[in-house]
This record gives sequence, structure tokens and C-alpha cells, in this order.
Amino acid sequence: MSDRTNITDIAEMAHAPAYNDDAANTGETRTLQIFRGDGEGGSLVPYEIELIEGMVVLDAVLKIQAEQAGDLAVRWNCKAAHCGSCSAEINGKPKLLCKSRVEEYDGQEIKVMPLQAFPVVKDLVSDVSWNYGVSAQIQPFNPGKEQAPFTMYEEDVERLYEPKKCIECFMCQDVCHVLRTHHKHPEFAGPRFFVRTQWLEMHPMDENNRLQFLKEGRGGVQYCNITKCCSEVCPVDIHITDNSIIPLKERVADEYYDPAKWLMRKIRGNRRNGSANGNGGTRASHKRAEIRTNG
Amino acid sequence: MIGAGGAGLRAAVAATERGLSVGVVTKSLLGKAHTVMAEGGIAASLGNVDPEDGWQTHFKDTMKSGKFINNWRMAEIFAKEAPDRVYELEQWGALFNRTPEGKISQRPFGAHTYRRLCHVGDRTGLELIRTMQEKVLATDTKVYMETTVTRLFQNDEGRVVGALAYTRETGKFIHFKAKAVVMATGGWGRIFKVTSNSWEGTGDGVMLAYHAGAELVDMEMMQFHPTGMVWPPGVRGLLVTEGVRGEGGLLKNSEGDRYMGNYDEERMELSSRDVVARANYTEVKEGRGSPHGGVYLDITHLGYDKIIQKLPTMHEQFLKLADIDISKEPMEVFPTVHYTMGGIKIDPETAASNVPGLFAAGEVAGGLHGANRLGGNSLSDLLVFGRRAGEGAAEYVKSNGYSTDIPESAVEEEKKRMLDPLQKQGEGENPYHLQQELQEVMMEHANLMRTGDSLKEGLGKVLALKDRLPNMKASGSTLFNPGWHAVQDVNNLVTISEVILRTALERTERRGAQWRLDFDGPDDDLGRVNFIVKEDAQGEVGIEKRDIPPMPEHLRRLFDENQDMSGGEKTGKESQF
Ligand SMILES: Cc1cc2nc3c(=O)[nH]c(=O)nc-3n(C[C@H](O)[C@H](O)[C@H](O)COP(=O)(O)OP(=O)(O)OC[C@H]3O[C@@H](n4cnc5c(N)ncnc54)[C@H](O)[C@@H]3O)c2cc1C
Ligand code: SF4
Ligand code: SF4
Ligand code: FES
Repeated sequence: MSDRTNITDIAEMAHAPAYNDDAANTGETRTLQIFRGDGEGGSLVPYEIELIEGMVVLDAVLKIQAEQAGDLAVRWNCKAAHCGSCSAEINGKPKLLCKSRVEEYDGQEIKVMPLQAFPVVKDLVSDVSWNYGVSAQIQPFNPGKEQAPFTMYEEDVERLYEPKKCIECFMCQDVCHVLRTHHKHPEFAGPRFFVRTQWLEMHPMDENNRLQFLKEGRGGVQYCNITKCCSEVCPVDIHITDNSIIPLKERVADEYYDPAKWLMRKIRGNRRNGSANGNGGTRASHKRAEIRTNG
Repeated sequence: MIGAGGAGLRAAVAATERGLSVGVVTKSLLGKAHTVMAEGGIAASLGNVDPEDGWQTHFKDTMKSGKFINNWRMAEIFAKEAPDRVYELEQWGALFNRTPEGKISQRPFGAHTYRRLCHVGDRTGLELIRTMQEKVLATDTKVYMETTVTRLFQNDEGRVVGALAYTRETGKFIHFKAKAVVMATGGWGRIFKVTSNSWEGTGDGVMLAYHAGAELVDMEMMQFHPTGMVWPPGVRGLLVTEGVRGEGGLLKNSEGDRYMGNYDEERMELSSRDVVARANYTEVKEGRGSPHGGVYLDITHLGYDKIIQKLPTMHEQFLKLADIDISKEPMEVFPTVHYTMGGIKIDPETAASNVPGLFAAGEVAGGLHGANRLGGNSLSDLLVFGRRAGEGAAEYVKSNGYSTDIPESAVEEEKKRMLDPLQKQGEGENPYHLQQELQEVMMEHANLMRTGDSLKEGLGKVLALKDRLPNMKASGSTLFNPGWHAVQDVNNLVTISEVILRTALERTERRGAQWRLDFDGPDDDLGRVNFIVKEDAQGEVGIEKRDIPPMPEHLRRLFDENQDMSGGEKTGKESQF
């Protein structure tokens, strides 16, 4: 034990540096109005908290939960805008609570409500399970007989990175008037699932065809009138309308309103894309070609 | 399957493919488990960028970094099967960044000899979990979201035959009858105040298994990730991916020195996590820290365009939450509790625990990573052993016939225990406060530098907290009530803390994540054992020192005995502390 320093140093070293959290206390307080209630009803309840430097609304809600209202319901996981759990509405607009700084609302009230396009469970939690049901109805990725490892070039796939960023916060679903105002849940999949369908349809190795789902199935893409509200709220900046919905609408239009294709469909029935195609190689390049024409 | 991270979902797919009727239970919504937060990538020796790479090198890196107390058979299986699991993900629709030849691209990471981490920007975990989630949704598997398991049921023979859970939404109880249970509940970072883990990381699974008689291994080994955020307070502990260093990020102290050369001259910033974490810690302790008590991590030289392409999430995270543009300014970072190497001891072939009918995979299982996990090795671990657990469980169910019935009284008793904190009259303890107290104790006494005296003091405090557990009280009803849920969490966290402190007292040496300042270096005798924990007949923590079986010749041959197998590290400055 030659190079051991003396015992007081050792004891000191084992002590993690203490953080001076107090330095972050701004000395100010802030009042948040938080919805307390359930599906039957409820009201906004004011809570006053000490304001801490850099605080996000989620921090404030969790502080209230720990100090004032142990049973306040809220969802969160990552605290870093990666998981999409903490979506709720602040002053009527869908927001990730973990990404919304309290100071952004200086001079304004902060009213926190659960997402409104889905049934309210309790406080800030809505029942979003409907979305998972819709997801399960979308034909999954299907590369047919093709076996990974795939040879795909960056330029074949770079368009797919954007829709794949989706963190399933369902804020686009919340804001879309087709769901929020017109309650077309049974017939309309919503922007989140157009985003998913887009990458599936444009994946160079995928063989399934989801256009029928979009048009005649529960996709209901025709209900979308391109208001772009969904794109505006997307926390990971997916250009939902421009890059997902419009290209899909174009494909649907091609498939359904091109007389030659319409006739083929009548004759062939609703056979899938892949089964009518030749070997994998041609198929992949065929899909690639499609991406390019749309890009 | 208890758990819907990568491990639970992969196990579900494996068991469903073998014709079993499968249910997946998860505390959160689908797709929100820790797996979604993984950024850097998934390690597999595809050799796409460095063709020299192969399973042997991956195996060696894993063992070396685990300081040779890993289960070598798990490490061998892992290194051999990881590439198949990555390709399988691609087959199921996952998309990774590409090389110019159109293959999956791989990036360098700490202590991996070759460029080995398959990645998609810095959101690899999202790609993994979404792919698995969509794969599972397309099967008949039933998913029980926002449902928490509180107890495993065993029949007279000791077989696990089901579990009790409550739904978070209503508090309604569900009695699951199951011929086999796969535990895939992840880790327990939330016993510490500064952690990258979410509220879910409360170690429920390891405690459910422990109370059912399962053996746990290497519980003293907690991974401190070298780079967590430090400012503002609300984000303290949030992870800054190792991908930043993989892409060339430099660590500097307040004097502007790139100090890693003093700790590991060869590998510098890309040394193993235990080494870099201690280096960062030491710099701050010795007074060369940043204003908020961290060190600087600088990636500005990469330039805005490259940063946006390779580390977009980090860029956004700092900009939004800390008002820092990482293309212009360095980040402030400090170690954060990240991962639990220890966990349920499993059979490498089938992922079976010692309790019949109970399997485990993913972070909740122990053995693969030994004393320190390599970055990127967790995601491949989830898939390799998730699959094996699903198949192991299916095999077991098919070859064993027995009833899953248990006496109704056992179910009622558990319900009563759960409801108790809501029915308590008068004053009681606030579970949130108890959890905070525990977190402070663990930060102070079981941090990444430890001494016997401090560990003992910590144990005393934890045992005092344990006495207060029965006083916890929750207000409100069973409807989505986090306060009530927290009571259960705190029960688990306190016992895990006790186990960690006790095993850390036993391992009187410096090895990987266990760094005892009151001992000089690695102890060769302790390098040949694991500490196995099992609940004894009195309900107390039983600890056994168990020999590691010798490595077979075909694996031993891979190492250069003199250089590779010394176990601990004693390079440069490190030996002083
Ligand atoms: C921020 C961050 C970044 C990371 N980056 C990387 C990386 O780049 N590469 C890498 O390899 N690893 C990384 N890791 C580690 C890796 O992500 C995790 O170790 C891994 O995802 C754990 O997966 P799992 O399937 O074992 O458990 P988890 O993903 O943690 O899932 C646990 C599941 O169990 C459920 N559960 C828990 N308790 C109960 C209960 N009582 N009842 C019912 N369900 C329950 C949870 O709800 C959840 O669904 C990172 C970790 C974090 C936190
Ligand atoms: S663009 Fe379409 S999907 Fe998006 S919000 Fe408007 S109507 Fe809804
Ligand atoms: S597309 Fe954007 S807004 Fe919609 S669920 Fe995904 S991340 Fe959220
Ligand atoms: S907590 Fe994950 S997005 Fe907010």
C-alpha cells in the first residue's frame, strides 16, 4: 500500500462532490394551474412552487407531486425529449412537458391539461391506447424472400430517417382536427400513422402495398385537408404533411385515379405489389426508382 | 414476459414463434422503456468497417473490460450471436446508417478494439425498440401496458406459476397465471440521485426474483457513465452519449488540459467507462472542475454540419435544456449512474435462473458484463439473451406439465399488502421523501469511489430507513396514483441498496466499477470469484463467495496471459486513488 494517500484524503475522495443546488434557486415563485380530475370532469388547480433555474414544466409538475400532491398523475420517462411520454397541453397547445422551459411562459399563465383528442384518464394522463390498436392494423415491414444483410446505399434510405425519428408522442394526433374535432377515430389513422406508412412504403426492401389501407381501409388519408397543424407541433421536426402525407396522397391518386392502374386492379384483384414482381434485385431497384421520382 | 424493453420484446417474439401464448407486461406505454433512450449504438462484430473484427475480439474486449469476473460462456455466446441479432433487426425493418458500400455503418466506442457500434445517428435505441414493438404488435402477443407486477407466485414445488399485478390506470389487480415467467425489467439506477434512468429503473424485477429465491450475482457493480449533464439542476444526470467521444469529443478540465493522457495514455477519451468516470471525478475533486462541478466535453471542432448529422439529438438536448450550442461551446459533464452490471444469475444457454420457471434477460440479468460494461454491449445483450430466454421458457413449458393454480389466500394476501398504504390512518411517511433520503445516502456512501468505513456508515443509514418502510402512507385512491406506486418502488430500492452496500463491503479491492480506496489494487483471489446473493431462511441478505469456473482452452488461447489477464488496472495516476 505504498502509494496510498493518508486516510483523511481517502475519506474525502470517497465523498462525491456536493452540488450546490441552492445556487439554482431563483428566489422567485411561480404558479402553475394544473388540471385535476378524470374522465367525468375536473378543474384547473393552482399550485405555487419555488422557481429553479432552467426548470422545465415537467420538473415543476414532479416537484408538485413530491411536495404537494402525491397522487398527481403524469407520464414521463426520459426527461430528454426522446421517448414521447410526457405530452400534454400547455395553454391549449400540445407540448412535451420535459422540453418546455417554465421561463418561456414569463408574463403568461401556465395552464397544463391532458391531451384532448383522447379520453382523459386522470389529471395529465389521457388514454392513448387507441393509437397502438391502429398501429397493429398496419401491415408490417415485409422484405419477402430477401434476407438481411441488405445492400442499401445512404441515398436509397436517407429519406427514411426523417419518419423514423418519430417518438410517438401523439401530439400530432392530438392537434389534428379530424380526430380532435370530428372524432373520426374509427376511420382515420392520423398523421402519426401516415408517417409510419410512409417509411414502410418507401423502404427499398419492402414488398407490401398499403395504399388500399390508406384509401379504403382505416387509413382514411382522404380526410386530411393538409392544414399542416400536425407538422407544426412535431417535437422532432418531421415535416409530416410535406414529406409523409402529400407523397402518400400522390401515390394513392396514382394508384386509384390512373385509369390503366384502375383496370389492372379490377383484373388482378387486390394482389400485392411484391407477388407480381420478379426477383428481389429488380424489386429493390423498382422501389428505388419510385423513391427518386417522388423525391 | 415482465418488461417491454428490448429484452422482453425479443423474448416475446421467440416464445410466440415457438407456439406459446404470450403476454407482455410493462409499467409504461409500449416503446417507452429505457431501451428507447439508448443513443450510441449496438455492438456486434460485423466487420463492415474494420474487416479484422470478429467474435473473438469482441469476446476479448468484453472479458477484459469486465475484468474477468464475467461469465465467460455468456460472453462467448454473446459475441458469436450479436451479428445475427443485428441482421435480424434489419430483416424486421430497422434502418442503420450505411457505409459507402451499402452495408451497416459502425462507429468506434470506448475500449472496443475496432469500430463496432451499428447506429443510426444518436437514436439507435429508438430504432431497436420501435422495430421490436412493431414486430410484437403484428403477432398475437397480448400487451398489458401500464401494468405493474408486484409479486411472483410459486407452487408447492417452488415453480413460478404466475404473478400479481395492478393496472396503473385504475388500480385493478390482475392475477396472471403463467407456466413460465421471463424477467426483463431492466436496472435500478434510481437508488441514486444523479442517474440517467427514468422512474421505471427501480429494480422491481431483481427484487421479485430475489424474494422468489433467485440467486443474484455481482450486485456491487454499478456503472457510472462518465458523462452526464450537470446543469441546470433539472437535467442533472441526463446522459450525454459516449457517441460524442466516439465522434472525437475531447475531455478538458478548467485549466484547459486534455487530462485523459494522465489516466490512460493509449486510449485517452475512449478508455473504458470506469476509467473515464474516475478520471472526470478526480479532476473535479482535485479542484479542476467547471463552475457547476463538472469537466468540459468539447466537440466544437467537428463543426456544425457534422454535429447535426452525427449527434443531432445531443445538439438539440443541450440547446433546448441548457441553452448551450455544442457546435460553439463545450458541454459540462460529470459521471452519472447509468447501468447495473449485476443481477439475476442465469444459465447462459437458456437464460434460466435457479428458480424453476423463472428466466431473465437484459439489464436485470447479471454475468455478461462482469465488473464493467462496454458501451453498446447492452443493446446486443438484450437481443441475444432475450431470444434465448424466450426459447428457454418455451422449451421448459413444453417439457413440464403442472397446474398454475395457487391458493386464493395467497392472492388476497398480496392485494391486502398492496392496499395497506392507502388505508393507513393518521400521520405516515411520504414515499417520495424516503426515496430522496435513500438517494442521498447512496450518493454519499456508494459512489464510484468507496471505502469500507463509508460503506458501513451507509449500510447503517439504509437499515434505519428500512425500519421506516412500514410507515409509508399514500393519499388518494387507486386511480393512476403515483404516490401509491412509489411506496412499492421504495420498498424495492431500499433492499437493493442494502444488497449493494453489503456486497461492496465484501469485495475488498479495486476492480472495474468497484473501486475501494482503502485497498491498493486488484486482488487476484477476488478476481476468481463472484459474490452471489440469495435471500436466506430468515429473510436476510445471504452472501456467498463462489469460484468462477476456469475458462476452457479454446477461449483461454485467445488471450495473451501476461498482458491481458491481470484484471484490474493500475495505469498512471489511477493507482493513487
Ligand atoms: C440514456 C441511456 C442511454 C443508453 N445508451 C445505450 C447505448 O447507446 N448502447 C447500449 O448498448 N446501451 C445503452 N444504454 C443501456 C440500455 O439502453 C439498457 O440497458 C437497456 O435498454 C435495458 O433494456 P431491458 O430490456 O433490459 O430493460 P428496459 O428497457 O429498462 O425495460 C424494462 C421494462 O420492464 C418494465 N418493468 C419494470 N418493472 C416492472 C414491473 N414491476 N412490472 C411490469 N413491468 C415492469 C418496464 O416498464 C420496461 O418496459 C442506455 C441507457 C440509458 C438509460
Ligand atoms: S395536415 Fe392533415 S393530418 Fe395534419 S393536422 Fe391537418 S388534417 Fe390532420
Ligand atoms: S410524428 Fe411527430 S408529433 Fe407525431 S407522434 Fe411522431 S413525433 Fe409526435
Ligand atoms: S419524458 Fe420523454 S419526451 Fe418528455
